[in-house]
Amino acid sequence: MLIDIEVNGKIIKAKKEETILSALQRNGLNVPTLCSMKDLMPTGACRMCAVEIEGFQGLIPACSFPVNGWMRIKTHSPRVVTARKTIVELLLSNHPDDCLYCIRNGNCKLQNLAEEMNVHDRRFFGSKKKQKIDNSSPAIVREPDKCILCGRCVRYCDEVLGIAAIEFIRRGTHATIGPEFNKSLNNSTCIHCGQCIMNCPTGALHEKTSSTKVSKAIYHPQKHVIAITDSAMAVSLAEEFGLRAGKDMSGIVNAALRAIGFDAVFDSAFGADLYVQELVYELQERKREGTKQPLLSGHCPAWMKHARQTSGNLPDDITTALPPHHQLGRILKTYYAEKKNIDPSDIFIVSLNTCTAKKEEITNNAYVNGGFPNIDVSMTTRETADFIKLHGIDIHQIEEELTDLPFGMASTAGKIHTLAGGLTEAVIRNLFFSAKGRELRPPRITKLRNTKSIKEYLFKEGELQLKLIAVNGIKEAMEVMEEVRLGTRSADFIEVLACRDGCIGGGGQPLRQPAENVKSRRKALYDIDNKGSINVAEKNPEIEELANRFLGAPGSKKRATMLHIREIKKAAL
Amino acid sequence: MMMSTITTDTLIEELLLNTTLEISADLQNHLRKLKRISVSKPVIFVGSGTCGHISGAQETLQAISHYLEENKVDAEVVETGCIGMCWAEPLVDIQLPGRSRISYQKVTPDLVTTLLDATLNFNCDQKHILGQYKNDATEPWENIPHMEDLLYFKNQHRRILQHCGKINPYNLEEYIAHGGFKALASTLLSNTPAQVRDTVIKSGLRGRGGGGYLSGKKWEAAALAAGEQKYLICNADESDPGAFMDRAIIEGNPHLLIEGMALAAYAAGTTKSYIYLRSSYELACERILKAINDCKEAGLLGHNILNSGFNLNITIRTGAGAFVCGEETALINSLEGKRGIPRPRPPYPTQQGLFNKPTVVNNVETLANVPGIIAGGAQKYKQAGTEKSPGTKVFAITGKLEKSGLIEVPMGTTLREIIFDIAGGIKKGKAFKAAQIGGPSGSCLVSEHLDTPIEYESLEAIDAIMGSGGLVVVDEDTCMVDLAKFFIDFLQNASCGKCIPCREGTHRMLEILEGITRRPEEGNHKTLDRFKGVMQLEELGRVISETSLCGLGKTAPKPLLSTLKYFSEEFEEHIYERKCRSNICRGLRTYTIDTEACTGCTLCAAKCPENAIIGAPKHPHFIVEDKCNGCGICYEVCKFDAVLLK
Repeated sequence: MLIDIEVNGKIIKAKKEETILSALQRNGLNVPTLCSMKDLMPTGACRMCAVEIEGFQGLIPACSFPVNGWMRIKTHSPRVVTARKTIVELLLSNHPDDCLYCIRNGNCKLQNLAEEMNVHDRRFFGSKKKQKIDNSSPAIVREPDKCILCGRCVRYCDEVLGIAAIEFIRRGTHATIGPEFNKSLNNSTCIHCGQCIMNCPTGALHEKTSSTKVSKAIYHPQKHVIAITDSAMAVSLAEEFGLRAGKDMSGIVNAALRAIGFDAVFDSAFGADLYVQELVYELQERKREGTKQPLLSGHCPAWMKHARQTSGNLPDDITTALPPHHQLGRILKTYYAEKKNIDPSDIFIVSLNTCTAKKEEITNNAYVNGGFPNIDVSMTTRETADFIKLHGIDIHQIEEELTDLPFGMASTAGKIHTLAGGLTEAVIRNLFFSAKGRELRPPRITKLRNTKSIKEYLFKEGELQLKLIAVNGIKEAMEVMEEVRLGTRSADFIEVLACRDGCIGGGGQPLRQPAENVKSRRKALYDIDNKGSINVAEKNPEIEELANRFLGAPGSKKRATMLHIREIKKAAL
Repeated sequence: MMMSTITTDTLIEELLLNTTLEISADLQNHLRKLKRISVSKPVIFVGSGTCGHISGAQETLQAISHYLEENKVDAEVVETGCIGMCWAEPLVDIQLPGRSRISYQKVTPDLVTTLLDATLNFNCDQKHILGQYKNDATEPWENIPHMEDLLYFKNQHRRILQHCGKINPYNLEEYIAHGGFKALASTLLSNTPAQVRDTVIKSGLRGRGGGGYLSGKKWEAAALAAGEQKYLICNADESDPGAFMDRAIIEGNPHLLIEGMALAAYAAGTTKSYIYLRSSYELACERILKAINDCKEAGLLGHNILNSGFNLNITIRTGAGAFVCGEETALINSLEGKRGIPRPRPPYPTQQGLFNKPTVVNNVETLANVPGIIAGGAQKYKQAGTEKSPGTKVFAITGKLEKSGLIEVPMGTTLREIIFDIAGGIKKGKAFKAAQIGGPSGSCLVSEHLDTPIEYESLEAIDAIMGSGGLVVVDEDTCMVDLAKFFIDFLQNASCGKCIPCREGTHRMLEILEGITRRPEEGNHKTLDRFKGVMQLEELGRVISETSLCGLGKTAPKPLLSTLKYFSEEFEEHIYERKCRSNICRGLRTYTIDTEACTGCTLCAAKCPENAIIGAPKHPHFIVEDKCNGCGICYEVCKFDAVLLK
């Protein structure tokens, strides 16, 4: 029901019982907020959205107060503005004055608010909190000094992800946010998904950057530096450069990376093609053996960390196939090295993706082969953009280039594997191909192309009948797993991605982008698939070539040693 | 013995259920014993509230037991709660057969023998006597004033505290004998919840926790809210410094609270209740637990109470000691096992409270008022108090008073009556300076407010709050800047840290106050910062109270703003003259040594923590002012009065 309310002398329409904030936003009126989060219960912590309502003594937080009838609101009266400004000044008075050295310089909500509120004078002085930087995690760095305790990270981690790795600790001015007992992040249940970074308004949380390491390798005379790009990263990078969201930058990234000095640029989708082949083989094998339990995907490092820490070990049902970029990395450090006559220790592989958890994943012993890590460095979309900027590449001037062969050639099924439901789609296409010997036409499976968190698909072809589930969101994944455990839900295959919307909503993505951008990124990836000519891994000629020359057919011994972690499975993880 | 046939069940049957029946002579006799109208052997009552324990009541109790054993005296020893005369603790009352109950004050263990020797032989010890209780059935003591006529009690109107300190809190039968549970029984048998709510709304009972919201309306909101499961929470997380009303009620008369809770739960349609008790109230916890168990056994709690079909369970949860958990939404979070931080309101707890179900949160004192209202009716309740604030209010009066303790006065009593009539004035005849009302986040009242009636409306008019009943009185020797600093320090420590204005703002306020009470630091820009800070105080305080999330933050600047309003000249002295007129602010004290009087004993120099005193032995010493931190140790240790406070 729409009712009239008066805001700053004008009548606007508001829904009864919606919050004042949402009514204002729908009518194009902005009030600043720090702690408000869409779809979550308001917490009312920051008080920035305070407005004046006639008849009330104090100021009222717009984020939590419902529209309950006629009200006369002032959103920017001097009283309100003074209050907001004072709050920002109070925050600044207890904030390190090191904006110029901060990773979020120019991209900080607090900085913006200080500017918006015209804070030009230091009115409050006094002690500032001093806490240790926590850089114990390979992926995420916490700088508690910069934390303004808005609680967004805590709420997201708890309410959306169900992980609750970080909490408020102590009270009053001593309050801080950290893992239980204020221990370090590497000793916590953190899955390194990086969503806390995405929600942090300041520089209190950020990824651990590794660009120096990459620069050094590039300028090292012996090192052969290879970039493994990722399609989800490629369709998100444009936003970092202020370009249209969803623009496919893969050609430009290839060119930029070569210009920086990378010796070769490959596509992780090639690894995904291998990965899908392995999954389909495993799935068929399990079906033949009559295994009741579903096969679980294992390409999302955040999910893997969660599975590991909750079951004490790698659960039996998670695929032993290496995640796509590791498959490619291993091939590069063996087959490619031999072919190119390069010492594997001189090959330096940089994986460019949208993920912070992969930074932790690559340090895992299970992904080290013969003393060499499959991947040397994993960089996020943000770091990739920074790296391109650092090396003075003008992306507007350079021409698009293709990836290098042979491992730059990939099916479009591989390119969408990072989308929620994308891997399942790729698996279905492969299943169809191996059952029928021809491609699925049309290749797209619309049932898996929606924004639901849990998508189900029943694959039926002759004798073979499989139920496939794609879950995005770690909380939903936990629910599905519990249902499977209790027997209330059955499946043959479950794809799990810890972040909402899959990797396009990853923790390494451009910060402070509008929510619609995720839609554009998704559309861009589906466009690639819809326009592409090779839609299934089996039809990728380079995969066939590699199988013939090196790996053998799915199920071969070579594949088992090269592409799986079977031998070192449990103890190592 | 005949008496043994009368059990608790008999009492419930005869007194609560079959009210029309004639009471048998046996029961009559039993009741007289329970009500201590007549006793068959000496009864010794020891005031054993937490306040009594701290004053040594347990040692006194031991000494009494020892004495009785030694002298083979057959007497009953009863531990009671606190009667409110905290200044006179440990209290020992003695009732001899046929004689009125007399009360002794400050009974230390070494006094026990002489006192009991005398009293048991019908001689009273005049030195420690407080008074005797009126009792028509017994022979009074000669030349001993009646307790009821003492100024301390005469000006009070004790309703909730009526039995506190007199009856045995461990004995359910005594409570029933005094008319307890009658209100509950008659309500459950013949009234609807709506009727109970109606009576309480008509009585005008307002929340005693500080909010002052009409309790009946609160129950109505919860009763009318959708949903089957509803909760009642008794807020007993009393943490204001110097406040102990709830503790005294629970320790002195726990059954009263249980009856109040049962009535409230019935009226609000809840079936599950919690008492959120401050964890440091161990004695209160022990007594309320015993009372709950006794009530359960007697069928006054639990399933199908008195065969009325009404069910109620009371669970005790102890808090971990956070001040903010006294705020109802923070309390609810804490009860749910979450971090005790406030939630935004609306939704109010009566709509979405504990586990998102409709919940009523009432203070102990509010609930303790309910049985009286139901038993006596709304009109009778309104006879005390004022039009808009009916009833009585319990205050814990502390500070520089001759008699500090727990009092209950009708709403509308003036500060003057409380301080000068009941509490006997300011200690050592000093002048009254201010009274902090409403706990740490309350306001200070000054001499111009002495005749303001204490009730919700008139306090609001002078920008003060009723709070939960803490009343701290200070005399002329108190530094108001220091007092404000104390309360702000308490509040900034108690802030949960959730909302920015309270967390950062109270901290800055404290630092500003510390800045003006600290020893001046020359040669840096601190002086300028100090002035800048002081200029922000008022606006900062206003923003904190306007924008904070919960009551704690909203009222946090009050102690500062009110002292600033009434004692601005003291603040100015601190700021401009760097002088504390009461010599309380250590940083502003300057000590000198009178070279004439100094003998050069070196004691001060040896004790000085800052090595600020120089001088050779047997020669006059000097204080290096730059080094001195104003601690005053030299002043205290000097045997020749040579150290002077400027």
